[in-house]
Amino acid sequence: MIIGLDVGGTHTDVVLLGEEGLIREIKIPTDHSDLFSTVLESLNQITSGLGSKRIRRIVLSTTLTTNSIAQKKIPKVGMIVSAGPGIDPFLFQTNEYYVPVSGSIDHRGREVEPVRPEEIKKAARNFLDNDISHVGVVSKFSIRNPAHELKISEVLKNSFEKVFLGHRISGNLNFPRRIATTFLNASVYPIHKKFFNAVKRSLKKKGLEVPIHILKADGGTMSIESSIDSPGQTILSGPAASVMGSIAFAPDNQDALVMDIGGTTTDMAALINQIPVLEPVGINIGGYRTLIRALEVHSIALGGDSAITITNGILTIGPERKGPAMAYGGPVPTPTDALVVLGKIENSDREKAVSGIKALAESMGNSLEDTAQLIFDSVCKKILAEANAMIDRINSKPVYTIHELQEGYKLNPKDLLIIGGPAPYFADQLEKMSDYNVHVVPRWGVANAIGAALARTTSEVTLFADTEQGIATAHEENFSKKVDHDYSGRMAVENAYKLLRKKALRMGANSGDLELEVLENQQFNMVRGFLTTGKNIRVKVQVKPGLIHEYDSVVNKLTR
Amino acid sequence: MLRAKHKTGLVFFPAFDWAISPTHPEREERLLYTQDQVMEEGLLDIENIIEFKPDLVTLDDIQRVHFCVPDVWSVTTESHFISAGGAKKIGMAVLDGRVDNGFALVRPPGHHAMRIVHGARGFCNINIEAVMIEFLREAYDINRVAIIDTDCHHGDGTQDIYWHDKDTLFVSIHQDGRTLYPGSGFPDEQGGPNAIGTTVNIPLPPNTSEQGFLYTMKHVVMPILDDFKPDLVINSAGQDNHFSDPITNMNFSAQGYADLTKMLKADIAVLEGGYAIEGALPYVNLGIILAMAGIDYGQVREPDYDPDKIRQTTQVTRAIEKIGELVLSYWRQRKPARERILNQNEFFERKRNVFYDTDGITESQYEKIRVCPDCSGALKIDSSSDRGNRVLAVHIPRKACQTCMDLGHRWYESADGNTFDLVLLQDRPGNKYLKSDSKQRKE
Ligand SMILES: [Zn+2]
Ligand SMILES: [Zn+2]
Repeated sequence: MIIGLDVGGTHTDVVLLGEEGLIREIKIPTDHSDLFSTVLESLNQITSGLGSKRIRRIVLSTTLTTNSIAQKKIPKVGMIVSAGPGIDPFLFQTNEYYVPVSGSIDHRGREVEPVRPEEIKKAARNFLDNDISHVGVVSKFSIRNPAHELKISEVLKNSFEKVFLGHRISGNLNFPRRIATTFLNASVYPIHKKFFNAVKRSLKKKGLEVPIHILKADGGTMSIESSIDSPGQTILSGPAASVMGSIAFAPDNQDALVMDIGGTTTDMAALINQIPVLEPVGINIGGYRTLIRALEVHSIALGGDSAITITNGILTIGPERKGPAMAYGGPVPTPTDALVVLGKIENSDREKAVSGIKALAESMGNSLEDTAQLIFDSVCKKILAEANAMIDRINSKPVYTIHELQEGYKLNPKDLLIIGGPAPYFADQLEKMSDYNVHVVPRWGVANAIGAALARTTSEVTLFADTEQGIATAHEENFSKKVDHDYSGRMAVENAYKLLRKKALRMGANSGDLELEVLENQQFNMVRGFLTTGKNIRVKVQVKPGLIHEYDSVVNKLTR
Repeated sequence: MLRAKHKTGLVFFPAFDWAISPTHPEREERLLYTQDQVMEEGLLDIENIIEFKPDLVTLDDIQRVHFCVPDVWSVTTESHFISAGGAKKIGMAVLDGRVDNGFALVRPPGHHAMRIVHGARGFCNINIEAVMIEFLREAYDINRVAIIDTDCHHGDGTQDIYWHDKDTLFVSIHQDGRTLYPGSGFPDEQGGPNAIGTTVNIPLPPNTSEQGFLYTMKHVVMPILDDFKPDLVINSAGQDNHFSDPITNMNFSAQGYADLTKMLKADIAVLEGGYAIEGALPYVNLGIILAMAGIDYGQVREPDYDPDKIRQTTQVTRAIEKIGELVLSYWRQRKPARERILNQNEFFERKRNVFYDTDGITESQYEKIRVCPDCSGALKIDSSSDRGNRVLAVHIPRKACQTCMDLGHRWYESADGNTFDLVLLQDRPGNKYLKSDSKQRKE
């Protein structure tokens, strides 16, 4: 049996899955001031009366790191940044203890200017004087040559509890994002480590010594142990949980959209043949643009509990949530109240819903029914318009080859999968107002926790080869080897796959779930003075986000 | 988060799968390191820098500018449709007000492509700036356009297309034609009889450095621009004036290019040449984008930059000052010069040969234009190439007067089917691009 747990803004959902399908599902209120108790309590409830031996795997998706960043509840960290020529590195300042230092590496990884140890020592003294024990080190083009980051960390060695190096965080170019991502990792490191070590200890005490995985923003998982060194990957895993909970029900060989209609927000994502579309570079959080791999999720501030107001005869829905719907004791009318008035939702206080919508109806000079219908229609219309905007945005992403411009894949979804509290009430109307075939995902109320439970381990490797310099490198994986002029794109992909397999297994993957694919494979002849002097090869490979195969049969039982 | 002062649009299309030939300077690798630099600097994340995907231009967009012989498909590849489409996309973004200015970082380039196209010249097949400008003139309310060509090579294609257009100011700053391809671009090349003065050529001596370029911009180009009062300023932003460029002999730098960009304040920049793909392009492009966006570029510096090593001699400085004076004196005399011409013959004729170095084609042209007090004048060109195609190309300009319109149509209709393989008409006022080949006419 496996457990999936997803901490949400309002509720925490936990499911227990086994051979027979969904065995248990529990929803408890999230206590943001004590997430640890929330997690532990939900795990206690879901396992109560079960022998601990029967649990094989636990996957957790929490808001721990996301919230600490959003609320800026993060400890002081030190940042050392080596930029060289280009944009002033102070324009990317992340925090108070941010020290640009000398040193410069160019686009091919050649040293232009060395780092100066005395500058590093000075920065380190300043950090120590301010009780800083976690440091981030980032240099420009470090993914092409990490020598400067390594040299800086050598100087810092033994003085700090943990030093994060930019080139180990992602294989992608983007210096400002590398700075922000390294900073975030260093910042949430102690919080994340303390929390998950405590979770591990508590579960051990209960006799639950099973692999624990943490959900990442890209819809994949990693073992609790590997998460300690890359806590940033856990940021914004919530929307990924919902998407993963839907993909088993998406059509084969076709595009689809997934929508999680919640109380405050509606999240949308796109699937191509059951594989979620990834964010091209990385997520944005708390004003930081990062290199954190993530599913491309489009969030709008519109949900069942969005507050409805009327100003000058114009109806506005959201963006705020002022509480639950009036039908559930809330202060202001919401789309859920409109659904109650229309008779779509029962088992609630219809009178209160009517009183809220009636007030709106009167100020617009409309009937109660018409107003409720208008509200419902506007919500659906807005959701569909945003979905179209997301598709357009995905389809208008720049490409850099003639081939891609002409033959590039165009997303064209025909199916819309919806989940979340109000999902079933929306299905008919969304289908009526659009060309989509709309499906409510089975077990829509806990699909997010099911998604977490079934998600497989994902990872990515970027390999760069420059045969003129005679090197092939994947510095993120601490890989570097000498190559000769015959080194080819095919060999680069082979190398990258090998590294990827190793990395995924290290992060907790099952060997049966290593569905690998090439994301990028470019090869350029390097010409100097009308002679071909080498090849410049860039390869990026990934384990596709998806579900673990071991539970294929379980998924089939969920539809019942 | 870093925010740009000006909203700047970018089309980046490096055409990573297209080359003239595997080891040609115009090859796949050309913008590879620029891409690396742009990505690593995080330029596309800066608030107010907006990347657009290029559109493809249409056949009409090309035929509005060029007479392609025997047809558009024979002298272009899809890459040309995209690179012109990138420029067009930026032009639209600027004129729609979606951005304040924009830079089309595209390849292949276009400024050596002339009005008649038998093949490729100087790595160019179609003139991407002209295709963009004439589309913009058709679609938006703009008339007066200034093109400032800062590529190291004379922009002879753009000069040819706008030679007779008095509403387009073409200024080319380039290495002296006696020392570099294409060998033209001298100050006395000032435009045709109806547009005398609106072509301005500023040849600079080899080894001109930052000082000389910025002097020329400040003391010659900017005053001329102020006089001309364009609705739109285009920069043909070639980067081969860089001190490390392998095919030229100038001493310009990334800082210098950024300063020039800041001074010029072009609405639209379009990449032209530049073949120091590792040592110059990544830094020059970075400097240009930052300058356009209004972000500090003071720390942009190429690795082997040494201002002392590239400083120009006093001899070069003096030569530049002299050229500047000559150019300005021509500019000041443009109105009387035009008056004199109007009192001469009704028609102006010229004969010349055009060499297509990239494709090895020689074309001979006989051109006739009506000297017109009211418009840019009806134009016809009898062109034949050593590949055997002889065409008559008739151009009726935008805003043509009735007399020139009638004359243009007459030329087109009365063309002798036995003499020409192809007769072409660009009817700009009628927005029609007609073509008749000898076979059709005989039937
Ligand atoms: Zn050039
Ligand atoms: Zn006329």
